[in-house]
Amino acid sequence: MATIVGAATALSASKSFDSRKLHLPSRRSLSVSERKGSFLVVRSDGSVVHKAHRAQILITNAVATKADSSAASTASKPGHELLLFEALREGLEEEMDRDPTVCVMGEDVGHYGGSYKVTKGLATKYGDLRVLDTPIAENSFTGMGIGAAMTGLRPIVEGMNMGFLLLAFNQISNNCGMLHYTSGGQFKIPIVIRGPGGVGRQLGAEHSQRLESYFQSIPGIQMVACSTPYNAKGLMKAAIRSENPVILFEHVLLYNLKERIPDEEYVCSLEEAEMVRPGEHVTILTYSRMRYHVMQAAKTLVNKGYDPEVIDIRSLKPFDLHTIGNSVKKTHRVLIVEECMRTGGIGASLTAAITENFNDYLDAPIICLSSQDVPTPYAGTLEEWTVVQPAQIVTAVEQLCQ
Amino acid sequence: MALAHVASSTSRSNLLRPISAFISPNLRRQLSTDDTRTLTIETSVPFTSHNCESPSRSVETTPSELLSFFRDMATMRRMEIAADSLYKAKLIRGFCHLYDGQEAVAVGMEAAITKKDSIITAYRDHCTFLGRGGTLLEVFSELMGRIDGCSKGKGGSMHFYKKNSGFYGGHGIVGAQVPLGCGLAFAQKYKKDGTVTFALYGDGAANQGQLFEALNISALWDLPAILVCENNHYGMGTAEWRAAKSPSYYKRGDYVPGLKVDGMDALAVKQACKFAKEHALENGPIILEMDTYRYHGHSMSDPGSTYRTRDEISGVRQERDPIERIRKLILSHDLATEKELKDTEKEVRKLVDDAIAQAKESPMPEPHELFTNVYAKGYGVEAFGADRKEVRAVLP
Repeated sequence: MATIVGAATALSASKSFDSRKLHLPSRRSLSVSERKGSFLVVRSDGSVVHKAHRAQILITNAVATKADSSAASTASKPGHELLLFEALREGLEEEMDRDPTVCVMGEDVGHYGGSYKVTKGLATKYGDLRVLDTPIAENSFTGMGIGAAMTGLRPIVEGMNMGFLLLAFNQISNNCGMLHYTSGGQFKIPIVIRGPGGVGRQLGAEHSQRLESYFQSIPGIQMVACSTPYNAKGLMKAAIRSENPVILFEHVLLYNLKERIPDEEYVCSLEEAEMVRPGEHVTILTYSRMRYHVMQAAKTLVNKGYDPEVIDIRSLKPFDLHTIGNSVKKTHRVLIVEECMRTGGIGASLTAAITENFNDYLDAPIICLSSQDVPTPYAGTLEEWTVVQPAQIVTAVEQLCQ
Repeated sequence: MALAHVASSTSRSNLLRPISAFISPNLRRQLSTDDTRTLTIETSVPFTSHNCESPSRSVETTPSELLSFFRDMATMRRMEIAADSLYKAKLIRGFCHLYDGQEAVAVGMEAAITKKDSIITAYRDHCTFLGRGGTLLEVFSELMGRIDGCSKGKGGSMHFYKKNSGFYGGHGIVGAQVPLGCGLAFAQKYKKDGTVTFALYGDGAANQGQLFEALNISALWDLPAILVCENNHYGMGTAEWRAAKSPSYYKRGDYVPGLKVDGMDALAVKQACKFAKEHALENGPIILEMDTYRYHGHSMSDPGSTYRTRDEISGVRQERDPIERIRKLILSHDLATEKELKDTEKEVRKLVDDAIAQAKESPMPEPHELFTNVYAKGYGVEAFGADRKEVRAVLP
């Protein structure tokens, strides 16, 4: 059961203000601990109620407090409860234990523990050769990861923030994506490129990007987006084991999601969508954080007498047209809800793929709700308006099912 | 390169062999290529070093090595000239960057290292591929987009690879292969291979930022990476001094040692690469600047004469040509007669012509090849053209 551990909860856990963490060279000051620290300052400067309240509003808007059926199957089973970033870390650690060719590289992934704590403690366990702190040089360390992958290593390259990977775009596109093809199949690039993206922590335009749309047209790479601790771990493990280059999208707002996951080992498929809530009236396709907006809207919709089918597409490239197609054939109506940009986004590609392949089954035109085509604004209210809100989803479904 | 192979009977299997294997038993005896007496030859220009000792100018070689240098470089030269003609005959299309003039770098480097060491280069890659043991048939088939090409016709001139002998390409984006090369070196260190990577780039790419990023990381992590700047003095049509404030590329590593080498002298290249390999295994990265020259323009659309004078080109040809240098050495040491060397040239010419004829017979790739090798392992998902009627999505 995915529940939220908001910033406020995390705050109360860290009692003392850790000034050491604010002394970091702050070219990109966005690490989790830093943010927690600054929240704490805000809370302790007198305006406790107001600030905390405001933070909570933003968070509840961002991610639903409860997701009705997501991963409900695991909730009752024995297992262990952890946060999404811990699930990623667990997946990483299990694969590093299993396979000595798996190594991690990125900015501050080692001694510092990763800016979102995904690689915490790994450097101590595996040493500096397998958990590599790199200089702030995305272009070349991504290239080095690809070079190492050509020889059969399985590097995991962390982009501290997805936006920084734009500096490595050439490497990801020309070398990561195309080398297998241009070499006539001689070389495989079993690399994982991962990092957080998304809107929702008032990080401003450059640090709130959704780069799915940029990467989706690169031939030869696979893209997946995780949304729950369960699939985060399963997809991480699958991505590492894949012979293909995989980009794993994480979301800044989802790292603190809590869920009970099985103790025994499991791997998710990189090419499979996840049925979140089966239904009859309309197919809602979504992924990553928007899944929680959809589930929030779904509650309202159920109260209004609708029975929506919610699918977390998870695999952003290639799409799981099998699951999607079966759902379209059942409901004949499609709503896409994404955080990606409206122009040239995942939703646009998905719309094209559905009309091309399943047009005959559609009873109404596809509706696609995406973020606005604007650089993400800093101000909280504006930022909120940039992304799709649950009320819009309810309206769209009502319109579709008229 | 050892001439261990005895030429076999069919011409087809001949073409599939490394170039050094082509030599008739008769000629072998005449040219005494198994002559392994040690000759010591002085390089014509001293090495210039930065932050390190210079290797000795006296290079040890053998008659058989000199003869194989001659033969290999003659093959490379002939191959590039033939590619030029094929391009003009419209059998080779797209981009085609020729290496003639720079052969000594490819040949000298191979003489100093083993196939377990890695090489990665940019788009002027035909001769490096040949040096790594690629065949003429693979070269011409790839250039003409045929299925027998080293990349099944999918790569083209800029994307030659030979995985089993450590040749990692063949890359089209200027400078982007250097981080990859440093990654190869990282993998070598990771796996404790005891081998090194030569990452080649031109003087144009030497101004790329990613080069310095990768060099910094390699130096931090003590990777066995050797950055080889093949300085042919022109980045496309821009002379080095118009693109670089400091054209002393061997000094550009600052904290990383460097060596300037006469890249027209195969023996000097060999000596420098041997030195660099030892250095890199012990101390981490080093930069080699090979002072060399390309006779052709940057690519086929460049006549090569708008930004430099014809006198400059012919001057280099007369005074510094790498093949002529070896020819003179062979003649002055009485290792072969003028006629024997001419025969060798005729012989490689025939091999090149045969390879071209055979490559022309090689079929174009089948349509289904369009979709293979996009992903490693099929996922059961096939894409069809714009008019597709259905998508087959079969999940495992």
